Amino acid sequence: MSEYERPLPQPTPETQNYWDGAKAGELRLQRCGDCSHVYFPARPFCPACSSRDVNWFTASGKGTLFSYVINHRAPKGFEAPYIIAVVQLAEGPRMMSNLVDCPQTPEALALDMPLEVTFVTATDDIAIPQFRPVGA
Amino acid sequence: MKQKSVAVVGAAETTGLGKIPDMSNIQLHADCALNAMADCGLTAKDIDGVACAGQTPVEIAHYLGITPTWVDGTAVGGCSFMLHVRHAAAAINEGLCNTVLITHGESGRSQIGRARPVPPPSSLIGQFEFPYGPMGPPTMFPMPVMRYMKDMGATHEDFATVAVIQREWAAKNPRATFHDPITVEDVLDSRMIAYPFRLLQCCLVSDGGGALILTSAERVKDFPTKPVYILGTGESVETPMVSQMESFTSSRAFRTASKKAFGEAGITHSDVDHLMIYDAFAHLPVFGLEDLGFCEPGEAAGFIRARHTAPGGKLPMNTNGGGLSYCHTGMYGMFALQESVRQMRGMAPAQVEGAKLSVCHGVGGMFAASGTIVFSNEAP
Repeated sequence: MSEYERPLPQPTPETQNYWDGAKAGELRLQRCGDCSHVYFPARPFCPACSSRDVNWFTASGKGTLFSYVINHRAPKGFEAPYIIAVVQLAEGPRMMSNLVDCPQTPEALALDMPLEVTFVTATDDIAIPQFRPVGA
Repeated sequence: MKQKSVAVVGAAETTGLGKIPDMSNIQLHADCALNAMADCGLTAKDIDGVACAGQTPVEIAHYLGITPTWVDGTAVGGCSFMLHVRHAAAAINEGLCNTVLITHGESGRSQIGRARPVPPPSSLIGQFEFPYGPMGPPTMFPMPVMRYMKDMGATHEDFATVAVIQREWAAKNPRATFHDPITVEDVLDSRMIAYPFRLLQCCLVSDGGGALILTSAERVKDFPTKPVYILGTGESVETPMVSQMESFTSSRAFRTASKKAFGEAGITHSDVDHLMIYDAFAHLPVFGLEDLGFCEPGEAAGFIRARHTAPGGKLPMNTNGGGLSYCHTGMYGMFALQESVRQMRGMAPAQVEGAKLSVCHGVGGMFAASGTIVFSNEAP
């Protein structure tokens, strides 16, 4: 692929394991050891009960389409129109993603359709989690 | 706060509005501040409290020549000024200062001297949203709309109707940017910005500003203006990332701020004569009507369609034409406050006859923050 022009994330100590996971082809989330709450984005404590007893795990990568917009004005690195979606992960949290491997049109989309994670290599250090329709 | 312990005694917008190519961002703050001081017969020497967003209180106090004993630089987006009113009321009641100037000025269209900090790629939004290409509010703010439509049975026509009715209000307002009537078809035929929203469902991009002057209710007789009392206030925040909202059919910040304001004011919904709900995009009045409790969940679109918020309706809303048709500098909340004050003074271009109580509800960021102010024009 050509040079990656989209905005790149800059991991912090608290999120590094998430981005290491993406590079390894894993969607990593955290679960609270005290209240079992699963949350996103990464932080070293539970936002539901304030416990510091939290553990990383590899999520299933399965989700559903919770909501979306289709942007008709492309910033650098994108080609309009393109989908910006919010994915309902099977484990509970939601996250933003693009939808890849499908037409970027409302007709190709239905809310709650099943999605699965894939990873797009951006640089030697960064891979971006993306979602695509199951079976695409 | 104690009901009606603090009042708005000065209020004004910038002299011009819409396109102001001969003023920088900070001068827009100063222009409306001078207008508000003139409105109530004060000069900078009479001001001892400063609150603003977009510029710092240091910049504004220095530029205007104010020596404050209290400042507030709360900057949570377009509703910052609702929070400033709330904080100013508390500060006045606590004796931290006597006379507070709140300013907003933004060269949103001409972009003269306007600095808007972009979160770094290490921030939460920089790591977990920016990589997916959202381009500011037009792509971020409508993110919940498709979910709302499916869960609540709302339609594209419903969200077009919001813009149509706000244009009806704008037609009555000489200072509004747009006056010509539009139809649902016009809205749905306008240029696609970020599906499902089109150009006429997105706010304007304007230059302008507004300023308020607040003081203790005990001092209102010293001023030539009709006092507008603060009856109740509320504020809250939820998340810097629209993708992380608890719900996509309701805003927690809206519910929390408005519940607090209604509680402080001791009012019920039937007491409200006039309503402002910050409309950066066409879905915000729908969310606001439901989250403030004027409508049951899923019923706001029908409420608007039934013309209850339109001219002649039982709950006049966004009577200046709103961010969709009046103006939108970037942080529109000050203009909603200005219209509430005009309505309470009885001098709005589209005056609601006999209005005694106005609720003004703002949003900051993309459902990130919220502030609600309840105004009354009846003396304590």
